[in-house]
Amino acid sequence: MEAFGLLLHGFSVLLTWKVLAVMMVGLVLGVFVGVLPGLGGPNGVAILLPLTFTMDPTSAIVMLSCIYWGALFGGAITSILFNIPGEAWSVATTFDGYPMAQQGKAAEALTAAFTSSFIGSLVAVLLITFLAPGIAAFALRFGPPEFFAVYFLTFCSFVGLGREDKHKTIISMTLGLLLAGVGMDTVSGTLRMTFGFNELLRGINFLVAVIGLFGISEILLTMEERLALRGHAASISLRVVLKVWKELPRYWATLLRSSAIGCWLGITPGGAIAASFMGYNLAKRFSRDKESFGRGRIEGVFAPETAAHASGTSALLPMLALGIPGSGTAAILLGGLMVWGLNPGPLLFVEHKDFVWGLIASMYLGNVVGLVLVLTTVPVFAAILRVPFAAIAPMIVVSCAIGAYAIQNAIFDIWLMLGFGVVGYVFKKVGIPLAPFTLALVLGNRAEDAFRLSMIGAEGDLTVFWSNGLVGSITTLALILLFWPLIGRLFDHAGRRWRATTAGGSRAA
Amino acid sequence: MTSPEPEIVVEEPTAPADSSPPVVSTRTVEIAVSVLLLALAALLGFDNWRTGISWEADGPQAGYFPFYLAVILAAASLYGLATALVTGAGAATTFVTLDQFRRVLQVFVPTLLFCVLTQWLGLYVASFLLIAGFMWIVGRIALWKSLLTAFLFALVMFVTFDVAFDVIMPKGPLEAAFGY
Repeated sequence: MEAFGLLLHGFSVLLTWKVLAVMMVGLVLGVFVGVLPGLGGPNGVAILLPLTFTMDPTSAIVMLSCIYWGALFGGAITSILFNIPGEAWSVATTFDGYPMAQQGKAAEALTAAFTSSFIGSLVAVLLITFLAPGIAAFALRFGPPEFFAVYFLTFCSFVGLGREDKHKTIISMTLGLLLAGVGMDTVSGTLRMTFGFNELLRGINFLVAVIGLFGISEILLTMEERLALRGHAASISLRVVLKVWKELPRYWATLLRSSAIGCWLGITPGGAIAASFMGYNLAKRFSRDKESFGRGRIEGVFAPETAAHASGTSALLPMLALGIPGSGTAAILLGGLMVWGLNPGPLLFVEHKDFVWGLIASMYLGNVVGLVLVLTTVPVFAAILRVPFAAIAPMIVVSCAIGAYAIQNAIFDIWLMLGFGVVGYVFKKVGIPLAPFTLALVLGNRAEDAFRLSMIGAEGDLTVFWSNGLVGSITTLALILLFWPLIGRLFDHAGRRWRATTAGGSRAA
Repeated sequence: MTSPEPEIVVEEPTAPADSSPPVVSTRTVEIAVSVLLLALAALLGFDNWRTGISWEADGPQAGYFPFYLAVILAAASLYGLATALVTGAGAATTFVTLDQFRRVLQVFVPTLLFCVLTQWLGLYVASFLLIAGFMWIVGRIALWKSLLTAFLFALVMFVTFDVAFDVIMPKGPLEAAFGY
């Protein structure tokens, strides 16, 4: 129960008025960006990042993670009341949430969504509390070859398991890795791809790219859409909350199943989107009354919300324990950690105990406070949608510019941000995924350093990546995942032939 | 709780019409993106080749990784280019309609001007102009509301970042006149 003691210590770090105030501010801002059209988790965290630059690391990460929780809660509000999913992972919530609102049961649907989000996150945080220290302790024995193998595995699984066109994932990832290499090479000190521009000596900052890719491009995309909306106003009374909570135990199977799916897909780079749909579909399949799904069934709200939040939260597990983000937002949080000079990875658990356990404790507390906050203030946040977008859009642009400039005090970064905004807009519209790009940009240098350090250690011998059982199996697994689409097709082909021959054989007999 | 609840309705008169003619097809943009990426890959590949791409006794030279990444990027872009050209996929889907394009430019051009102005006037004055101008001209919101919102926003930003948190933003002649 060492984890439990450390967690209590984490709470003691957390329970100061300053940190609690920061937490509330973060949650409110988070729900705010979650409700606004076109903004959500990653954008919100990226845009609000500069607010945290002058705080101490613990307050800063608490604020950022609370923005994230807030945004997750906020996404559910627009899905249920307006049938507008603020995020891709809220799409499944609209299936039953919006019909419920139409039937005048908006308060029940919202309570169900918030409660199940809370349960999903809680399960994932419990998982982090008890699993992360173990994984980190194990990873402390990793040398450069093992780390490279893990990075390689992450990259390969994106290519092999992603649902986008393979060549587009590869374009996105190689571009990210290339841009990560711009500037001074950390191993040899040579300049790379700077073309004599002084501004490029610093390299391309990850956060500047993210602010452009997610913030600016999202504004451009939102402007394209019709922004008129029509929805239900709702306030939640204590009576409704208690009524929904009383029914909760009846759905324990759905909640448990969705939490498990979410945790699994969050740790592997499958993501919250897949988790929410899978949670919804499985709940439907296991249900005795399949027809009622899609017509306003409360279980249809529980299932996707639990899964999405479990996944969104457990994505932080590999980030904390190994320094590998499991989602786009986790990648941005990781970039934030680096700003404060913290090196994410197993050493964090040894060198910055206060920080890690403060963060984990803040996940518990942030979720509880967030739940109470959204339950009591839904009408206020729903009213935000009345604020015209023409007022919000330029404010977001300004916030993005402040963020981009503040990172390195460079005007050049504002231009870079604008450039990335255009790139993000075009990429999103032609279907080039941005997540691999983000991941490659944040991990690129670390992966290359790990590779070249292992090469120096092994005197240029590539077999170092199969030198022991651990690193060998990770590398092999990575290669299998990379070529998974080909291998899968091969299996299909072989299976079909085998079936054909057996079928032919039985006919002959 | 079965009584009909109040509705929130937000109308948008300037929304892009669905019938607006397309400006460019997704296929054309995909071809353009592939060609640009190909050119970028060639440029970066060449630069890294100059840096050194050989494998020495203690591992790869500085340009080794980026060079081969550029090769992979080029290959993937070529594949994308070839599929777009051969199969004609995406020819029927619209990348952007005229109305949409106009609206995107309505944000993009002011943002561009904002970036230019930030260099001369400082960030706060530029953001005041951006917000007020955008709300008034694009959003068709009353002038006094636009000016007031923009002024308050710029002021809050200034107090939060430059005064309270010591995050120093680029400043111009106006701030200098006030002694900042």
